[in-house]
Amino acid sequence: MSGQGGAPLLRMSDVHVRLSGSHILQGVDLTVRRGGVTALLGRNGAGKTTTVKAVLGLVPSTGVIELTGGDGRTERVDGRRTHEIVRRGIGYAPEDREVFAGLTVAENLALAERRGSDHHHDRVYELFPELQKRSRQLAGTLSGGQQQMVAIARLLLNDNQLLLIDEPTKGLAPLLVAEVADVLARAAEEVTILLVEQNLTVVQRMAQDAVVIDQGRVAWSGPADDLLTDADRTRELLGVAASGGGDHR
Amino acid sequence: MTTFVLLSITGLGLAALYFLVASGLSLIFGLMDVLNFAHGAFLTIGAYGTWWAAGNLPGAGSTGWGFVLAVAFGVGVGTLVAALIELLLIRPLYQRHIEQVLVTVGLSLALVALVRAVWGSDPRPFPRPEWAQGTTSVLGANVPNDRFLLIVSAVVVLVSVLAFLRFTRVGLIIRAGVENRTMVTALGIDVRKAFTLVFAIGGAFAALAGALGGIYLGSISPGQGTSLLIFAFIVVVIGGMSSITGTAAAAVLVGLVQQFANYYAASGVGDLSVVLLLAVVLLARPSGLSARLA
Repeated sequence: MSGQGGAPLLRMSDVHVRLSGSHILQGVDLTVRRGGVTALLGRNGAGKTTTVKAVLGLVPSTGVIELTGGDGRTERVDGRRTHEIVRRGIGYAPEDREVFAGLTVAENLALAERRGSDHHHDRVYELFPELQKRSRQLAGTLSGGQQQMVAIARLLLNDNQLLLIDEPTKGLAPLLVAEVADVLARAAEEVTILLVEQNLTVVQRMAQDAVVIDQGRVAWSGPADDLLTDADRTRELLGVAASGGGDHR
Repeated sequence: MTTFVLLSITGLGLAALYFLVASGLSLIFGLMDVLNFAHGAFLTIGAYGTWWAAGNLPGAGSTGWGFVLAVAFGVGVGTLVAALIELLLIRPLYQRHIEQVLVTVGLSLALVALVRAVWGSDPRPFPRPEWAQGTTSVLGANVPNDRFLLIVSAVVVLVSVLAFLRFTRVGLIIRAGVENRTMVTALGIDVRKAFTLVFAIGGAFAALAGALGGIYLGSISPGQGTSLLIFAFIVVVIGGMSSITGTAAAAVLVGLVQQFANYYAASGVGDLSVVLLLAVVLLARPSGLSARLA
């Protein structure tokens, strides 16, 4: 894909995923460049979440997935175990947050502390002062928005080079959507983000590049503005118009 | 009154034995989703390891610190065998539940057959330290001391496990892993190490139950682990499958019900009562007494 960022950080070539007899990803080719935000878009069931999971080795895949480290060294990560891939500096916030309901907020963050990385509790609590107040509260008793804060805080706790964030604004009230977008925009100043997002207002605000997945293949890739300012193309690829943004679900 | 006290403390001793076996089962199932039918074999290994060490291991014996060393040897062998089984046989079968059941059932049969082949089928008298052969008077009842040994051991194990789960990073990983293993790995944690550790800990508790069960019952036999495992499974199910405190509560319930039913009804009714208790609990609370790990 094209884009305004730097050198490639993540490259997927001809990646296929088959699950329970379904051919979910059918040869995905995409590149995420270092710096900024790349939005991963597509209709429901197009394969966005599976693409993210394939990067992390959470679903079995074939094809080539390469990561380039800060030292410029590129290595294949396909076939590696999830924890080994993550330790190369990848943070992941899944679609349904998946905070540990039976652990406290502090325990959720302590669990996310990765060996070999600095841990930035100060940064996290500065961004989400609410979490500090509720550090001894069980995560399962938090509201959806607060759980999303925990999920994002886990990402920002360590030094990562790439964040994979799956629908961070899903199900949140408009005020919280703006708050989450603010935090992610600040994070994007320091780390590359691959963002799966249905809310085109958030995409428009944050993303420099966009990749559209359709039926398990990359249907379009390029600068996000080129996509979002072209109403016909947006309607054709996503089934909605980016009329100044809004949730297209 | 004295009968009530004696039955209560003996029931609690039995409960302690069940808890020691069931706590490992519960931890293993909670974290790994593995129904370990070979768990009873760890108990047999612990019992025979202790019995063998008491008679053959230099420094070990049937009394005092010599007996402690023999128990440590039995527990060590049980722990080692459990860790090796996890690494060599269970690890390649993660998420393959049918194969796990087949392997652990087969392993249980094979290990018991191995013990039988080496030491025969007949029960062997188990060394009992002098103190354990005595009694202590409680509210007029002369209670055998081995009951107190079992109860104290189970309480120490319970408190240790709860502290381990609550205050250590590995405990945190285990508690999180019981909830969502995939997310734990997605945080960069190799959850397989926790699996091996939990399996080894479970093996250690079962082996300890084997040694203490030998004192309680006075003898050991190759099939002892398998018969105790049935009650341990009932305890785990009543307790909530992956809850340590639930398992402890269920063990107390099962031990007391079994003991009182055997005394006030007829010998053998205790076993039937336990099965009825299981049915009642499952009808009233299908997820058991507690659904949380700690």
